Amino acid sequence: MFLLYEYDIFWAFLIISSVIPIFAFVISGVLAPISKRPEKLSSYESGIEPMGDAWLQFRICYYMFALVFVVFDVETVFLYPWAMSFDVLGVSVFIEALIFVLILIVGSIYAWRKGALEWS
Amino acid sequence: MIIDTPEVQDINSFSRFEFLKETYGIIWTLIPIFTPVLGITIGVLVIVWLEREISAGIQQRIGPEYAGPLGVLQALADGSKLLFKENIFPARGETLLFSIGPSIAVISILVSYSVVPFSSHLVLVDLNIGVFLWIAISSIAPIGLLMSGYGSNNKYSFLGGLRAAAQSISYEIPLTLCVLSISLLSNSSSTVDIVEAQSKYGFWGWNLWRQPIGFIIFLISSLAECERLPFDLPEAEEELVAGYQTEYSGIKFGLFYVASYLNLLVSSLFVTVLYLGGWNISIPYIFVFDFFEINKTYGVFEPTISMFITLAKTYLFLFIPITTRWTLPRLRMDQLLNLGWKFLLPISLGNLLLTTSSQLFSL
Repeated sequence: MFLLYEYDIFWAFLIISSVIPIFAFVISGVLAPISKRPEKLSSYESGIEPMGDAWLQFRICYYMFALVFVVFDVETVFLYPWAMSFDVLGVSVFIEALIFVLILIVGSIYAWRKGALEWS
Repeated sequence: MIIDTPEVQDINSFSRFEFLKETYGIIWTLIPIFTPVLGITIGVLVIVWLEREISAGIQQRIGPEYAGPLGVLQALADGSKLLFKENIFPARGETLLFSIGPSIAVISILVSYSVVPFSSHLVLVDLNIGVFLWIAISSIAPIGLLMSGYGSNNKYSFLGGLRAAAQSISYEIPLTLCVLSISLLSNSSSTVDIVEAQSKYGFWGWNLWRQPIGFIIFLISSLAECERLPFDLPEAEEELVAGYQTEYSGIKFGLFYVASYLNLLVSSLFVTVLYLGGWNISIPYIFVFDFFEINKTYGVFEPTISMFITLAKTYLFLFIPITTRWTLPRLRMDQLLNLGWKFLLPISLGNLLLTTSSQLFSL
């Protein structure tokens, strides 16, 4: 079972830092002037009338990079416990970690060759 | 009928005492939290002033000079001006996402200050997963940028938000791998332990000398994470008017502004902690050690000196990102991603394996 009493101050800090933007919004809501006009509220598109919807299709590349990111991020999360107790675990676990990293390197070379890391 | 008044009073005073004790306890926990918040705010004001003055020096201008002596209060004046400005919500945008976006960006960066040590005891929470917590929390900020880009319902904002997310996830991995090498060297992820592992051998004990490649990768990736100039594609003025900030005005724009400088400060603080020896004075064979021994009894002197050293190193390091801003031109999107994925990622993996092997020989 986890004992999270260490995190008490962390949670308090989180609450206080979440209060800061709310506080800023409230002060600005009280102080700031309000004057609504249709031209002012329309979205900016270099001074002309906005054409069509802004939520348009975008490049598939963003998804590819996000996928590769998830792979490597999970890898580093798995490597952290190993790195923290490296002096205890020794050579055999180092070889296991090396194999783990090598598999991922092979995966990244595959992604590279298949063009997942290409922008154009 | 006799009411036993003293007893009632006793109970009353006791309950009041309990109440007081509780309030006192709450205040006692809140003071150490509010102090860093105040300190961080002042730190950000100092950075804004430093950046404007250094930029002015580089471009042979005068810089801010009217608000306060040497223009020290310029940032404060700008911030209070933004409070008085109108909050414009774009008509077709998502109001909720539009407001939550900047808040998430600020909160996630502010929270990462909780693990920054200023002295061996002057740290808000000394968690044993310190740096890891920072990495985990700092990757929440791009969600806020993506939300604000999407919620604006503007093509520039949307593209800017997407670019911000793509950029910060690309440079997250080299950064994480560098921090991983550091925590491997000091066998701990706690920020306090990492600094204490560098305290031996003075200046030469810094992780900078043991991890030169890691330091350079960390520097580049933290610049990219802060969206500083060679990597400020999400808000590239010539292409995307101001990126995800295009539709923002008033205090919401101010929150983005504060978030970017908070991010710069925290990454500079982490460079100090991870690579530049943290709060150690780092000059070997000098009277300082005897000096400290004498003054240890006072208890206030040492934390103050430690905090001063940490902040001095941090602000001296900040000169590098600020001067870089006016030295290097902006990259293209494909160059940025190539640098992240095809250059920094393999090198940081190699750096990790190199560090591991050298540690293995020293076992």
